[in-house]
Formats: sequence, C-alpha cells, structure tokens
Amino acid sequence: MKKSRLSSYFKVPRLSYRVWRVWRRDQDVFMKTYKVNFIPPLVEPIFYLLGLGFGLGALVRLPGGTTYTVFIAPALISVSMMYSSFFECTYASFVRMYYQKTFDAIIATPVSLEEVIAGELLWGATKSFINSTIVLAVTLLFGLIVITPPLFLFILPLSFLVGLLFSAIAMCFTAIVPNIDSFNYPAFLFITPMFILSGTFFPITEPAVQTFANLFFPLTHTVTLTRALTTFTPSATLLLNLTWLLVTTPFFFVLSINLMKKRLIK
Amino acid sequence: MKSELVIEAEGLSKKFGDIVAVNNINFHVDKGECFGFLGPNGAGKTTTMKMVNCVLPLTAGKLTVAGMDVTGQAREIKKMIGVAPQEDNLDPDFTVFHNLMVYARYFDIPKEEARKRADELLRFVQLEEKSKVLIDQLSAGMKRRLILARALINEPQILILDEPTTGLDPQARHLIWDKIRSLQKQGVTIVLTTHYMEEAAQLCDRTVIMDNGKIIEEGKPSELIKKHVGEEVLEVAYDEEVLKFLQNAFPDARLDVVGDRIQVFTNQPRGVFAQILSKFDFKAAMIRDANLEDVFLKLTGRRLRE
Repeated sequence: MKKSRLSSYFKVPRLSYRVWRVWRRDQDVFMKTYKVNFIPPLVEPIFYLLGLGFGLGALVRLPGGTTYTVFIAPALISVSMMYSSFFECTYASFVRMYYQKTFDAIIATPVSLEEVIAGELLWGATKSFINSTIVLAVTLLFGLIVITPPLFLFILPLSFLVGLLFSAIAMCFTAIVPNIDSFNYPAFLFITPMFILSGTFFPITEPAVQTFANLFFPLTHTVTLTRALTTFTPSATLLLNLTWLLVTTPFFFVLSINLMKKRLIK
Repeated sequence: MKSELVIEAEGLSKKFGDIVAVNNINFHVDKGECFGFLGPNGAGKTTTMKMVNCVLPLTAGKLTVAGMDVTGQAREIKKMIGVAPQEDNLDPDFTVFHNLMVYARYFDIPKEEARKRADELLRFVQLEEKSKVLIDQLSAGMKRRLILARALINEPQILILDEPTTGLDPQARHLIWDKIRSLQKQGVTIVLTTHYMEEAAQLCDRTVIMDNGKIIEEGKPSELIKKHVGEEVLEVAYDEEVLKFLQNAFPDARLDVVGDRIQVFTNQPRGVFAQILSKFDFKAAMIRDANLEDVFLKLTGRRLRE
C-alpha cells in the first residue's frame, strides 16, 4: 500500500448527478441559519471600507490618483471568495468528515466518496459566490465600482471558479492534516501571507515578490482580474491570470478527491 | 424449502498495512434469515460488515451480495441494502425528520414518497413525537432507533446492523429486538454483529463466531450451545474439597474456576446436576441453562481484548 504511484493522485473521478445531493445537504444546513450566515460578508466589508478605506486611505496616495477605497474594493471582494471557500473546505469539511461522520453516513448510500468530496467542493465554490456577491453589493452601494459598462457582472462567475480553486486547495489540506488544529499551518503560512501580499491593499512593485505571488498565490490573479472588472480596465494580460486559474483549478480538484480517497478508504 | 443465497463470501480477507483484520473467511447468508456475527472487540466483525456494505475494498477473496460483486457493482448493491452503523453518524445539523428526508435524497426517493416513508418509519420506531427535535436532544436509545429508521428509508432487502443495541438499557434493547423480528417477518434478510450473546440467541437463525479475523465456529445458537457446553451448567462456590468431589463425580466434564466460583460443563443430559445437588449440599450452588456466552467464552477465552 506504501507504493502509491504518482498517477494514483490524478485519477479522474467518476462523478454523477449525485454530487448535487451532497451539495443540497450543505445548502440545507446553510439555509437553516441563513440570517447569521449573511452577517460576515455584509458587516466585514463595511468596516474594512470605513477603517482601511476612508481612515487609512486618507493618508495614502496611489499612482494615477486612484482613491484608496476604489483600490481596495476589488480586494475585499476577492478576499471574501478566498476566505469563505477555504474555511468551508478546511474546518467545516473536517468537522463533517471527522467529528460528525457525515461522509461515512453518505457513502453507505448509492453516493460515492468521490461524489461526496466533489459536492463539498461545489458547495465551497457556492459559498464563495454567495459571500463575494454580498461584498460586491456593499461596494456597489458605496459607489466604488464602474457600472457602465457593467463589466463587474463577470465577477459572479469568476467567484465560483476562484471558490472552486480555494475549496480544492483547502480539501487537499483536509485530506492530510492529522487533526483540526493543524489547519493553523495553511491558515497562517499560506492564507495570511496571501491576504497581505497579493496586491490587495497595496500594489506589489518589488519584482521578486511579484514573481513569487504570481507563481504561488491564487489570490494575486483573483485580485488582478476583479480589479480590472470593477474599474473597467481590461487588458490582454488578464488572459494569463484567467488561464492560471483555469489550469490550477482542475489540477487541485482532482488531486483533492484522490487525496481524500486515500485518507478515507483504506 | 429451497434457500436462496443473498450474501456469499469466499476466502475474504482484509489487511490494514500489516494488520490482518479479516483472515480468509467463508460464509453465506440465506434469503430471509437473521445471521449473526459474534466475537470480541477487534475480531473483524465490523470490517466484514463494511466490506459487505461496499465501503471498504477487499484485500483478497470474493464477496457477492444478491449475486453482484461488491467491487464492481457497489452502487447497485448499496441501493438495496440498509445500514445501521455502530457509531452514531446521524446529521446533527438537522432534525429527526429532516435526517430521514436528506438520507432519502441520497437514494433518489422523490420528496412526497420520502415524506410518507419518514412518517411511517418514525411511527415504526416510536419516534413520531420527536420528529421536529434536533439530534443532540435524543437519548442514546432514540438515536439507535432513528439510525434503524434511517437504514430502512430505501426499503432494503438486506439490513446490516452493526451492534444495534450496544450501550442501551433493557427497555430500548427489547424494543429494537422487536423491530428486528418484525422486519425479518416481512422478509428482510438481516445481518447483525453483536457481542451480546443473549441478543444473538434471541434473534439469530444462524451465527458465526469470529476471533482474530477468523471464523472459528458456525451454526444455530442452540446447536452451538449443545455442542460446546451441553444443556446445563452447575455453578458452586469455590472450595478445594468440592472441586475434587466434582472432578470425581463428573470425570468427563469440564471444570472452570472463574473467580471464586466453579463452573461445571457436561455433555450429560439435563437433570444430572439436580441429582447430585439433592444428595449433597454445596455452598451457593446454582444450576442454570447453558447459554451462548458460555460457548463464546469457551471458544474465545477469557483474556481481555484491546
């Protein structure tokens, strides 16, 4: 069993419509407490905008004369995609897998483990969509987004893609951590640096950091794309950002499902 | 009556790394019977159940359920079996009723039909008043009953019960037993694991006794008792003199000293102990029926497991 060949980590899962049964389960739970669930994405951006945007922003001068609130609005949207999906598929999935034994209960039915994990990933992507849409609405109300032409609408599908990527990365960690406390490693060594160093709250100008962030931080590409959509500044290089996301997402999607199979099916 | 095989295992083995959990076992379960796996903790009962249930891949051997191979046709098999696992894996995020509804969805049962079945099943396990209650407000016995109801939501032909009454009080246990019996009457094939000998004796048509991953004995509970420990057991308080006397009186019997008591097992017919007792007055003497627990302890020893 030790001899697991590399290809076994990238076996394409066989999925059916049953993936949505798992998705529906998570959605049912979400809807039971939806009022509480809407608080974070609604309240957080308001305080970020007030504190960072208007408070700190008063002291900041950006090249090109961009207002600081306009600069960070797409960052707040992007960060909400990352946080909501990453934490859904780390802590929340781990609780369902390890403490509640929900996965065990589901795989005793015609739903397979691959479908359970895929359903969790799609739900993580959905959380990204829901939360970032609310943040987007808040920034729209603050008047921080170019609405004609309404390029910002592309943020909606983007949020699903980005959410799927972060969910899949998260699920890889969920598949390998020995216990729930171990999520501190990815949360503070991966997510927190990414939160700060992805061109979110200040432009990255140092080339070395720029290269590093472009290679390893999905949030960098997310913020670049979102910012182009909120400020209506399309450019050809955005295709590179999108390609990066489109390539890494299926990679981690497949990897995370195989890692989970290795963890749960001995 | 010709019996139909529902589950058949040949040379079934399961290894976890270097640990052999199930070691080359053969068994078969007939349609409509209640089949029991007995054994101490760690004997391999649950592992075997999980292979039947298509959630654990086999290491070696062949296992078919309703004529289908567990490795290739897991989905088809899982559609027709109901599983009540040992551990509580009810969904704590939902109410009692919603647990059944969500579970029904995994089986593609339409909503209206699911609602009907959920109502019926809650009545069947006497939980209809708890319908709107969250899982963590249920007692252990109620949870077991709900797990049983959940296992029945797809109207299974085979029901797998992994230690269905562990940790329950006598009332709850008897209720579960009643339900199992009535399901068997309806034609459901039942496979259960237990380490309560009384449970197996009460419910099972046939049992196998497992120890260390192997099946060490197989048969009807009553036959196993007769074969291994006879009909009656004499228990008396331990005394050197008494022990000697009994050894002389029953030269073919097996005498076990357990704690401060002597247990005498003999193959002789019922009544032989009563004769002895009427002539001599032993301290704290007791004649009782031999039971499956005696068989179990004889075959698997008294050493503690795990």
